[in-house]
Amino acid sequence: MSRKKHHGGWVILTSLLIGLMFTIMPLPSWAVAWRPDWVALILLYWCIALPQRVGITSAWIVGIFEDILTDTLLGQHSLSLICLSYISVKLHRRIRAFPIWQQAVGVFVLMLLSEILSIWIRSLLGAQHTDWSFSYPAISSMLLWPWIFVMLRDIRRMYHVF
Amino acid sequence: MVADYRYSYVKQIRTDLSAAIYPLQYLVSLPVQTGQWLSQNFSTRGQLLNEMAQLRERNLLLQVSLQKYEDLKSENERLRTLLDSSIKLGERMLLTEVLAVDLDPFARKIMINKGTSQGVFNGQPLLDAYGVLGQVTNTGPQSSTVMLITDPSHALPVQVVRTGLRTIAMGMGATNRLKLLYLPNNSGIKVGDLLVTSGLGGQFPAGYPVGTVAEFTPDIGQPYAQVQAIPSAHLERNREVLLVWTSEEKQKAASGGGEEKP
Repeated sequence: MSRKKHHGGWVILTSLLIGLMFTIMPLPSWAVAWRPDWVALILLYWCIALPQRVGITSAWIVGIFEDILTDTLLGQHSLSLICLSYISVKLHRRIRAFPIWQQAVGVFVLMLLSEILSIWIRSLLGAQHTDWSFSYPAISSMLLWPWIFVMLRDIRRMYHVF
Repeated sequence: MVADYRYSYVKQIRTDLSAAIYPLQYLVSLPVQTGQWLSQNFSTRGQLLNEMAQLRERNLLLQVSLQKYEDLKSENERLRTLLDSSIKLGERMLLTEVLAVDLDPFARKIMINKGTSQGVFNGQPLLDAYGVLGQVTNTGPQSSTVMLITDPSHALPVQVVRTGLRTIAMGMGATNRLKLLYLPNNSGIKVGDLLVTSGLGGQFPAGYPVGTVAEFTPDIGQPYAQVQAIPSAHLERNREVLLVWTSEEKQKAASGGGEEKP
């Protein structure tokens, strides 16, 4: 982690902070269930683009902050983000080679996995879920992925983050 | 996660970290607050005059009813001293603002802009102009999280005003309704009955309106009837809410706070 090797850490940090802000942005009530998982999307991009910098540890820290922001059990978002980042860091070479729509499908699967993890924790705590509404964020994240990907790639190139 | 669920020392970490994260929340709710400020500042003279007339009228009505209240209060106190009963009505209120941030979509929670530095404590009840709103579940130095009474893990001891029957009102999550538990089929509840807090849990002051019964379905096959109520507080449309300190709760806070759920 020498200063020479890495560059532009503040860009990663700012993008994650903006993601956290989008997570608690007030939305009309019909859209709340469809809110994409911003933090996971942004983290996923950085895991694929810079797996040597962003990985499980950053996922854990960001997840703890997300837990505090949304007042969920400490570690709930962390766990799903850790799984997400582990898989994407492991497979980053393969994911990079996919065309963008195929990546979006992969994002859908990963998001669904993380949503299922968090729903599992919630039901351990006694919450009851009868419908598939927990999968809506995965769908909206999938639809957003191409834009997020292109935007963050341009930002990364503009600020020479590596 | 297990530590957070079972032990309270993690709560301190949460409190400290929530202080660090407050600027983010403030930043998110800023556009909404600015919008309100702008609309207040640029409303027309006619609108303002109209609003003032309305408020004056309301104030008059409220003052008239307050005269009666003062009279009733002194009468009540006199009767209580006659009966040697020691119920105290002294309550302190503080107006707080709801931050425009969305929390966990699966729970019913809001965020307010007062925290431990203003004396807010865990389990503190919140009211609005129409009834009971919820209780504080997490406190930070400048902000706290409030669990609404419609949260699925919130239970509130209530009493039916007409019959004096005591029951428990559970939140139902996404629907803006309360579920009344353990009411037998012949409990004599009618649609439209007013529910008030019974004060039995020790968490909420007694006698504040909670909701009205909206649905009563006796179920012969079950030991208990299914009763639903609509909360009287405007849970979704509030900007300003009231924090309440009762004299009993102050003592409780001094001795280490109340339990999470009544």
